[in-house]
Amino acid sequence: MQYAQTTDTKAIHDDGETILLPGETHTSISSSIGGIVLSPTAVGWGVAIGISVLFLLALIYSITYLIAAGVGIWGINQPVGWGADIINFVWWIGIGHAGTLISAILLLLRQQWRTSINRFAEAMTIFAVCCAGIYPVLHTGRPWVAYWILPYPNTLGMWPQFQSPLAWDVFAISTYATVSVLFWLTGLIPDFALLRDKAQNQIARLFYGIISLGWRGSAKHWHRYELASLLLAGLSTPLVVSVHSIVSLDFAAGILPGWHVTVFPPYFVAGAVFAGFAMVVLLMLPIRKIYHLEAYITVKHFDLMAKVILATGMIVLYGYILELFYAWYSGNIYETFFAWNRMFGPYGWSFWALILCNGVAPQLFWSKRMRQSVPALIFVSVMVSIGMWLERFVIIVGSLYRDFLPSSWGYYTPSFWDWLMYIGTFGLFFTGMFLFIRLAPMIAVSEMHALLHQKKEEEHILSGEHDHAESHGQSHPQTA
Amino acid sequence: MKTQVPFFGKAKAATPAQEPAKAKPYGLMAEFASADELYAAARSANQAGYTKMDAYSPFPIEGLAEEVGFHHTRLPLVVLLGGITGALTGFGLQAFSFMVDYPVNVGGRPFFSWPAFVPITFELMILFSAFGAVFGMLLMNGLPRLYHPVFNAPRFDRATQDAFFLCIEADDPKFDLVETRSFLEGLKALAVSEVSN
Repeated sequence: MQYAQTTDTKAIHDDGETILLPGETHTSISSSIGGIVLSPTAVGWGVAIGISVLFLLALIYSITYLIAAGVGIWGINQPVGWGADIINFVWWIGIGHAGTLISAILLLLRQQWRTSINRFAEAMTIFAVCCAGIYPVLHTGRPWVAYWILPYPNTLGMWPQFQSPLAWDVFAISTYATVSVLFWLTGLIPDFALLRDKAQNQIARLFYGIISLGWRGSAKHWHRYELASLLLAGLSTPLVVSVHSIVSLDFAAGILPGWHVTVFPPYFVAGAVFAGFAMVVLLMLPIRKIYHLEAYITVKHFDLMAKVILATGMIVLYGYILELFYAWYSGNIYETFFAWNRMFGPYGWSFWALILCNGVAPQLFWSKRMRQSVPALIFVSVMVSIGMWLERFVIIVGSLYRDFLPSSWGYYTPSFWDWLMYIGTFGLFFTGMFLFIRLAPMIAVSEMHALLHQKKEEEHILSGEHDHAESHGQSHPQTA
Repeated sequence: MKTQVPFFGKAKAATPAQEPAKAKPYGLMAEFASADELYAAARSANQAGYTKMDAYSPFPIEGLAEEVGFHHTRLPLVVLLGGITGALTGFGLQAFSFMVDYPVNVGGRPFFSWPAFVPITFELMILFSAFGAVFGMLLMNGLPRLYHPVFNAPRFDRATQDAFFLCIEADDPKFDLVETRSFLEGLKALAVSEVSN
């Protein structure tokens, strides 16, 4: 059984300085990463997906009851009309953003270390967007007429209100989901072809044969393929920034104290990357251990991800401080009251917990030892995940429950159904992730090949043995 | 006469009744030990005057496509057209519904409030460009195509794993079964084999 194996066979020491351990060849990359998918199903995987499906059933149950009984089963009320549903929506969509950042922005920035984690992070993006997408639909209260938000010719002659950020959201989220899936599937085509060629089982051969679309690794195909990937990365980069900016405009376009702030779009995007990287770290740590991927996902990867968490964490903290500054500088009594109420009102604990989780905890990552220590990585990532949930709680509930008129102040507590649905979305997320791990290579094999090739070339140059006859590119001298 | 091509899997050997005894092959396939040797071989073949060939590798090799005679792709143009179509669709949809089909007077504000149309215009532009990039790439590559003669080459299942191939096609005007074979063997090829059509 796969899980029973120890890692003793990997005698090579990981010094935390390399993104690909030495000793790997094209053959070993193909067989070790492709082999995970083609090996017999492990018992541990069965147990894991069983638990995930159980949670998924909880989600289905809570959605069914919600549709039957109405949104009154949630904790929302007047004045807090947006509750856990919108908090969880923003939380999940934010988590997804790390995947796009790794696959698109880091590709444009030519960061080699993204190669071994991008496939996994992209899968995370897709399933996180699935979880997020459920919430706004249910939030409408009548999910069976959610299609009214789409522009289509209808007997009423009506159109959606295109000037509302809520309508922008529909276009942003659906475009984001579609482009993420396309980008992900494009990356998978050569790897499906690998599985087609490696598989012994006839059904697997047929399955991977069809979904690899007949990919044969032709140089002409690779040329267009690489160009398409680069263009998709270029398109995804502004897209991912626009998606969370538009999500933040859901709030910032409102006039509520605490929402009506111009800093929202950039600070939401930074927060999304912050939360997303924390989730990548949390998922990658066990996966790399269980599937023996230490040669491809090295300590250096976690070190670099911790640095991204630290950097985005500082931006987010700057956002919190700026919000309080705006409140004071505006001189507006409602804004001033809101800031005071955020820190010292009935929900003051949530603000201080937020500062602890998002502001203080990531500071550990200034230390290299902490960035490379598994317990510290887990601790900070869990803190950040909680912190980012609290951030949305502070922004949404914290602004709604006490606005302009004291006579309409209220209080909000999420109900049992809010929590059950939130836990249930983890079921959906992990069911998707476990199916992905079982059916597709979780590391982009062809990109790992290219990385290995690149590393070899670099070594050639460094060792001074570089033979010009073996170099590539336009400057290639005559060899014939 | 071409062999009947099945939807999936390898082509069945043609029976003599359907096919003349010696069918024209698809080409000659040579295997090389590394990406660098494949690149050098493609370059030599290019300089030797071969024009119809293709290289097969588990990962993209920089500059290889140029050496096998591939210089220009219109893919960026397709993406641009996709983006323009998307932007026009998004903007047109909003402008039409707000100005022509169902104008609503909101506090005397102009019907043509174009700044509010920007986000949806932008999203649709990205969406259509992405469609152009993905579907354009697949269609220009002639995919999906589950059967291709090169799959008949021995060891070709390694082309997605760790092997590097160069195939000079029979359509090439300079192609000659004997001469081309010895040319490829002279390029440090590990093995050269005839690929049936």
